[in-house]
Amino acid sequence: MAWYLKLPTVVGRHMMCRRSFSIIPPVELLKHNGMGKNNSIAKKNYSTIPFSCYGGRHVVTVIPGEGIGPEMIDHVERIFDQLGIPVDFEHTELTGNSTEEQFELAVKAVRRNRIALKGNIATRIDDYKPSYNVRLRQKLNMFANIIHAKSIPGVICRHSGIDIIVIRENTEGEYSLLEHENVPGVVESLKVITREKSLQIAHFAFQYAKNNGRRKVTAVHKANIMKLGDGLFLECCDEVAQDYPEIELDKMIVDNTAMQLVSKPEQFDVMVMPNLYGNVINNIVAGLVGGAGLVPGVNIGRDIAMYEVGTRGAASDDVTGVDQSNPTAFILASALLVKHLGLTHYSDILTMSTKSVISDRGIYTRDIGGEATTHEMVDAILNLSLDNMEKHHLNSIKFKSIKQ
Amino acid sequence: YLDTVCLNMVNDPTQFDVLVMPNLYGDILSDLCAGLIGGLGVTPSGNIGTKSAIFESVHGSAPDIAGQDKANPTALLLSAVMMLRHMKFFDKAALIEKAVFSVIAENKILTGDLGGTSKCSEYTDEICRKLN
Repeated sequence: MAWYLKLPTVVGRHMMCRRSFSIIPPVELLKHNGMGKNNSIAKKNYSTIPFSCYGGRHVVTVIPGEGIGPEMIDHVERIFDQLGIPVDFEHTELTGNSTEEQFELAVKAVRRNRIALKGNIATRIDDYKPSYNVRLRQKLNMFANIIHAKSIPGVICRHSGIDIIVIRENTEGEYSLLEHENVPGVVESLKVITREKSLQIAHFAFQYAKNNGRRKVTAVHKANIMKLGDGLFLECCDEVAQDYPEIELDKMIVDNTAMQLVSKPEQFDVMVMPNLYGNVINNIVAGLVGGAGLVPGVNIGRDIAMYEVGTRGAASDDVTGVDQSNPTAFILASALLVKHLGLTHYSDILTMSTKSVISDRGIYTRDIGGEATTHEMVDAILNLSLDNMEKHHLNSIKFKSIKQ
Repeated sequence: YLDTVCLNMVNDPTQFDVLVMPNLYGDILSDLCAGLIGGLGVTPSGNIGTKSAIFESVHGSAPDIAGQDKANPTALLLSAVMMLRHMKFFDKAALIEKAVFSVIAENKILTGDLGGTSKCSEYTDEICRKLN
């Protein structure tokens, strides 16, 4: 253990990691020999856990959060109800002001149903409580965050034809929540990168690329400066790439990536990166396809999935309750959730209708240059979905839902 | 927040004026903004301390086109303009900057990276002509 720092005891759990120090020579801590080249934990099969499903109806935890989350969840529930999608929502309250007990209840609720839909929870800067968003993800070990940014025809953007999948490591890196101030006015933050989690996310990214017919994975890093931390991440990507010879691995420094994304985004296919760069790249990529209101995202763990808006962030007070927010991201996230449950027909119709309302009908909200209100847009999506369901002969048989 | 700035920067960069931030975020955001205006070949930069200042262009050294009169001097020239402003030669800086922008806007004599076919010396001569 480094003698010059009094590190908190929680760091003991990270004994297997290399520290990202550049000035002081690195101390090689416990070398973990359990993780060999055939990393059994990283390669585990994620697909066979059943979900809560009673009488043909799935139960999904929903955390409305704050800001525009609650109104968006209302719209999603209305759509699901009208289309007859067999999903029951179990509501759990969690906001920036919640107590520790409420947080534990939320964690239990998500773990119980293993699938969740989440709104936004604000994290105040001025209080030193760690963010509930980050803690939720870490506690449930939702190690991967995926967003799929695809250009929607009809939305006016500088670039078109963008189809990028961004896979972001979700539980460590700069979000380890380890900071200390040994000398007043000098704060040190620990960025923790572990071999285990880097291998896990790299395997996940390559497997995802393979399953979805993608050809290239770009690893985004800053290993020229953080030679140990990001260097370890790159080493793990290299190791995993050998198991997937049909997929090309490309490495790019994060600042160059930002520049290339705004000038030539078509060169990117799947991108994988540690936590903080993922935050930045997620937002750049979402901005490129039209903004925060259009991109859904998912947090995935070994047997848990939580769907939310791709670029996380509680909306500010001026768009809450004024019926102007873009519901697309939430509706697409709920469609992905439905697909995850195996109800592919419902999911395809909902996704197709949402995109068609924007591209063909030209009904969209203020943030992408339209004039419709949220209600108008949701009604249009609902009506088009009902029409499409009739066309495809899907009976919206409504099982009586068990409302509490 | 960093992520909100990135999101809004890509959609509408004109809403921002001056941004201040720690080191890593600055690295990422400065390259992001450089990409928005045309790349590192036209982006000036300066490093300012309490006792001294260094102004430099941030593009690579391009060994493949070195010595062939092909490079675009705009980045270093605009960095020199920043240096003049730092030294309080505001009017001279404005003159040079106006000349450079008008040559680029005319779209006739440009180096290869900006889509033209002129040599570096021709581009520089044109800027000098504008100044006289």
